[in-house]
Formats: sequence, structure tokens, C-alpha cells
Amino acid sequence: MTISRRGALASIVSIGLAGSLGVNAGYAQDADTPVKIGYAISLSGPNAGGAMTTQVPNYRLWVHEMRERGGILVGDTRRPIEVIEYDDRSNSEEAVRAVERLINQDNVDILLAPWGTAINLAVGPLFDRHGYIHASATAITDRAPDLVQRWPRAFLLSGTAESWAVPVVELLDEARAAGHIGDEVAMVSVADAFGIDLAQAARTAFEDFGFTLTYDQTYPVGTQDFSSILSEVSDTQAFVAFSYPPDTIALTDNAQLRDFNPAVMYVGIGGAFPMFHDRFGDTVDGLLTHGGLNMADERVQGYIALHEEVTGQRPDSAGSIVTYAALQAMEQAIARTGSLNGDVVADEMKTGTFDTVLGEINLGSQMMPNIFKAGQISNGYVVGLGPLGVPGRGEFVVPKPAWPAR
Amino acid sequence: MIVRSPVPYILILAISGLLAFMPFFASGFQMAFAIGCLNYAVLATAWGLFSGPTRYVSLASVVFFGIGSYTVAVLGEVLPWPVILLISALIGGGVALIVGLATLRLAGIYFVIFTFGLSEMVRQLVTWYEVNVTRSIGRYIFLDITQPQIFWQLLGLLAVVLIGAVALQRSRLGFALRVIGGDETMARHFGLNPTFAKLGLFTASSAIMALAGAIMAPRWTYIDPAIAFNATLSFQVVIMALLGGMHRIYGPLLGAVLMSFLFEALGSQFPQAFSLLLGLVFIVIVYLLPNGIIGRIEELFALKRAVPQSTREGERT
Repeated sequence: MTISRRGALASIVSIGLAGSLGVNAGYAQDADTPVKIGYAISLSGPNAGGAMTTQVPNYRLWVHEMRERGGILVGDTRRPIEVIEYDDRSNSEEAVRAVERLINQDNVDILLAPWGTAINLAVGPLFDRHGYIHASATAITDRAPDLVQRWPRAFLLSGTAESWAVPVVELLDEARAAGHIGDEVAMVSVADAFGIDLAQAARTAFEDFGFTLTYDQTYPVGTQDFSSILSEVSDTQAFVAFSYPPDTIALTDNAQLRDFNPAVMYVGIGGAFPMFHDRFGDTVDGLLTHGGLNMADERVQGYIALHEEVTGQRPDSAGSIVTYAALQAMEQAIARTGSLNGDVVADEMKTGTFDTVLGEINLGSQMMPNIFKAGQISNGYVVGLGPLGVPGRGEFVVPKPAWPAR
Repeated sequence: MIVRSPVPYILILAISGLLAFMPFFASGFQMAFAIGCLNYAVLATAWGLFSGPTRYVSLASVVFFGIGSYTVAVLGEVLPWPVILLISALIGGGVALIVGLATLRLAGIYFVIFTFGLSEMVRQLVTWYEVNVTRSIGRYIFLDITQPQIFWQLLGLLAVVLIGAVALQRSRLGFALRVIGGDETMARHFGLNPTFAKLGLFTASSAIMALAGAIMAPRWTYIDPAIAFNATLSFQVVIMALLGGMHRIYGPLLGAVLMSFLFEALGSQFPQAFSLLLGLVFIVIVYLLPNGIIGRIEELFALKRAVPQSTREGERT
């Protein structure tokens, strides 16, 4: 029994140490005090690929640009910047803890969002409770309209699943009107968050637009062999896949191998990533996918060039530019209000207009207006096509060019 | 041989009573750290409760933890909180009962493989249900449960589990379990019923894990099967119990606390190299502390005593 008691004592001492972990530094506001910018994001684990494509390079680019100008402008004062970066290891609980650490230990002035719907929602209440602005381009949830009510400083820039699925159906409608496809559509979706939510929204939209789903299957995460699926849909002229990056690649690869060549083909997440172009080159020109850019716009061209120069990698054609535009809006709101207070800055973000890489934007809806959510791959980027009404739409090429022989 | 002193009970109550004041002066981060630490402590202790005496290594901790979280996600907005906790414990225990009936006759290594498979199976089942029936993968948990409330619930649960574990160890059932862990065939010859004893313990330990999952769920707002049934948790729990020493009640607790500090130190100081360093630490544990820290301490004591007395200390007290 003696020994057991010692075990207990050791545990008590260790728990007691928790009290000495944090020393709160006071807030200081003078010109030499750095503004602390912190984020916890998936540097490892299954989310790392997405985070290192869409968000982390843009966070680094933004900080780099501000440092080039001598720091972040708060009102009339330029203050130096200190950056604190943690890894949430693609885990919600770890993300909650890391964000608590950023808020309470590191006393950051600005918190940047993590990657992905689940982790953004996990840390959402923390951002809200401690009064931070929460601007994320990678949380897609049908609850977005409720959540922005609940969290007045949250900017769920990408909106709802429906807003990503409907433009795809609109494009199919356009191809049908031009006589390239009929009423029949085949759809597959990955059995995980993005796939399920988008497929569900698309089912409703297909019905509204008078399409018939001749094939509607889900497949498990990690599926790499699509030959049986593709052989079942080999006659279809319109094929839609709400897929994740690994299956987006596998599906495209399988389709090319089998020479499965519908007039219109849409693939999901990954199609807009530079790695997709690295893998397939220009053979995927004409595929539809998520996101899209106004490639004729000088600001977009300037952004792409700057991103490549500073980070050494190309931006994706979806979340990257949205992330960067939101950072620019926040930076301008901080300069205008001269404050780092979340409420003050969020008010300015919701009421003001900002000059960004996406043009003049207003974030009154707490979602990013006028961004492309469906487009067509051309030369390594995605040309924005939908939703209808977004200015700067590119040209929709139907039918998709045939796969090159291989 | 067995000292029935009330000291362990008083210690457990006094320490948890003192810790209960922590939310009044701790910062948000310290609370977050303490909650993580308590969660691991509850899981590792519950794991040790079953695996310590029976020596069955279970990799199914996350199954029951996830069941608890999902119960909250499904029922969170329709039932009062205590009822939800009760239901999650019942479901966790019920599943353990069914699984236990089917598998606790399996020996050692087969049980490990089965429990690992079980966590993947449950994850796929929940995914299948969400995909084909509810047609939406994620569930939202909007409950106004604050950090201190989560802390107190976990602390209370840990105190109850520890008291239960001490009481069990002193009971006839506890003695029977140690005999079973030592040699199951011999235990049968003594007229003990190993399957019944193991089943009861597995069910209790699983119900506790389900409770921990339910208590933690309001922290995440959003859960899906990949989050709730993340197999890493099962391995972490085993490593913690091994670090502390799984043959003692306080071993897993000690391991959980030390490991939480280690995770925290590595995560904040070396975020880029976290996994690498953690792997190195695990290797060190396996090589240098095969019986855990408590086992090591006991060895040192046994050596000291062995010199003057030259009598062999009993392995268990």
C-alpha cells in the first residue's frame, strides 16, 4: 500500500504544476510592441495537405507583405508583427487546446482560422467567447446562416453546401440547353462531410432543374479503384463526382485509362489544387471542378504572381484567393478603425467596403460575395463559371475535349 | 496482508475536493489543459480497471468514448443533461456487454486484434447510417456547458472511478480477478467464473469511457465519425497506462498526467517535430520502463530491501 500512495502523491504534484503554466502578460499598445498574430492549423495529419495549400501559404504571404511595408498599420501607427504557429494535428480536441493556448498564454491580438469545417466549428465558440474575428474560407456548412447570427464576428466565407452544389447543376443545365447532354445525369459522392452534404444539395437541385439521376452512389473514403463504377456509367454524357483529393485523382486517372469521356464531367475537391495540374498537366483541361478565378482580372493575375514569388508555390483556384482577400479586408479594417478590438474591427468589416485581390468587396452577409464556386480547368487554373451573375465569368467549353491518347 | 485502512478513500476525496476550486483562479488555457488531462486520466484509469488485473489489452477505448459523444450529439437538444449522461453510460455498458459476451473467451492477442477491428467497424457503421439514413455526416452540439462544468464533471467521475477501483481491489471480486489474470485455468479449478468477472469489469470500464466521451462532447460543437472514433485515442490511452504501470490503480493516472504534460510541452515548443519526438519518447518508455514508472520504483525498493533481508517481496500487496 505504501507504494500506491506514493503513486498518488506523484500525480497530485504533477496536477499542481498546472497552476504554474501560465503567466498573463499585460496588454500594451505602443508603437514598438509587436502585434501578435497566432494560428493553430493542421501541419500534420490528414488535413495537412489542404491546410498547406489553401491557408498556411496565404497567412505567410500576408505577414510577409505587411512586414515589407514595415509592419501592420493600426490607425496611424505601424507596429511590428510577431507570429505564433501551432499544429493541431488534424484533431478537434488538440485544436481547442491550441487555440486556448494562443488566447490565454500567448495573448495574441489576432487569431487566424484553422482548416476545414469540423475544426473551424470546434474552435468557433472560443473565437466568439473571447471576442476574436473568425474568418475562414474552408468551413462549408449548411448551418452557416445560423452560425453567423450566433457568432457575430465570424465570417464563414464559403457559405453553405447548397451554394457549391447549385452552380454545378446550373452548368449542366446550360450544357443541356446547348444540346450537348440530355436529362440524365450520373452522380457519385464520397461518404464523408463534403461529399454527403453536396450530393444531398445536388439531388434537390437536379430535381428542381428537371434532371433525372440515373446513377447515384456513395463510396467510402480512401477508395482508389473506380473501374466498376465507371463501367456502370460508361454511356452517360453527364458525370458528377463530389470527391476528395485522393479520389479526385483516382477517378480522373481511371476515366483516362478507360477512355470514359462524357460531354460534361465534374470532379470535387482537389481539382482546383496545383497538385492536380502537376499530376495530369493539360490533359485535364475542360474538366469542371470546384472554385474558379476571373483569369482576365489584373488583380487576380497579380495575386497569382505574388503568391508564387513569395511562397514558392502556386495558389489553388478556390480557397486561396478568398482567404487572402479576407485577410486584406481585416487589415484595412484595423487600419481604418485604429483598433485591434474584435467587435470594432468586425463592425467595420461588415459595414465598410474593401479593396482586395477579389476587387471591391463588402462582407455584410459575413460570407464572401461574388466568388466562383464552380469552374472549368484550363492551363493549371480553374476558370470561374458559376454561380451565374458573378462578374468576370469565363468561357464554358462543352463538350469537354477528349482525353489525349496514353 | 490486505490493510483495510480508509486512508486511500480520504486522500482521493480530499485531493479532488481541493482540485474542485481550480476553476475559480485558473486561466482558460489552464482549464483546457486540466480538462484534457482529466479526460486522459479517466480513460486510462478505466482502461487499467479492466486491463490491469485481467491483462487483456483493449484497443477499443475510443469505441465507448465515441458512443458517449454520439449520444450527446443525437440527444443533446431533446433531453436534460443528467438523463443524457445516464443513457450514454447505459449504451456504452450495453455495447460492452454484447461485445464482451462474444469475445472475452478469446485469448490475449486475438482480443487485441478484435478490439482494434471493433473501433473501425463501429466507425463505418455510424458512417453508413449517417450517409444512407440521415444523409448528413456531421452533427452539431450547441449546449451551454462551460469549461468549469466539464472540469467538475470529469473530476467527479475520476474520483468515483478511483474510489470504485480501490474498493474493488479490496473485494473478493478484485482478488478473484487477480487470480484470473495470473492463471485463468487455475482460477477455473478454484471454482471461479472468469468469464463473468471479466464481463462485469469490461462493462463497467466501458460505461465510464462512454461517460467521459459524453462529458467531453460539448467542447467540439461539431462531430463526425472520424472525430468521435479516432483510433489514435485508443493507443494514447494504452501508452499512458503502460507509462504509469498498469498493475496498480494509480499507475494509469500517473501516466496520463505525465503524458499530458509531455504532449503540452512538445506541442507548444516543437509543433513541427511533435510526432517525431513523441515516437522517440515511446521507444524510451518501452525500453527503459517495461513495467511503467511505478513498476520501476517498486523494483528499486525491492532491491534496497533485498540487501539486508534477502527475502523476496511478494509481487502484489
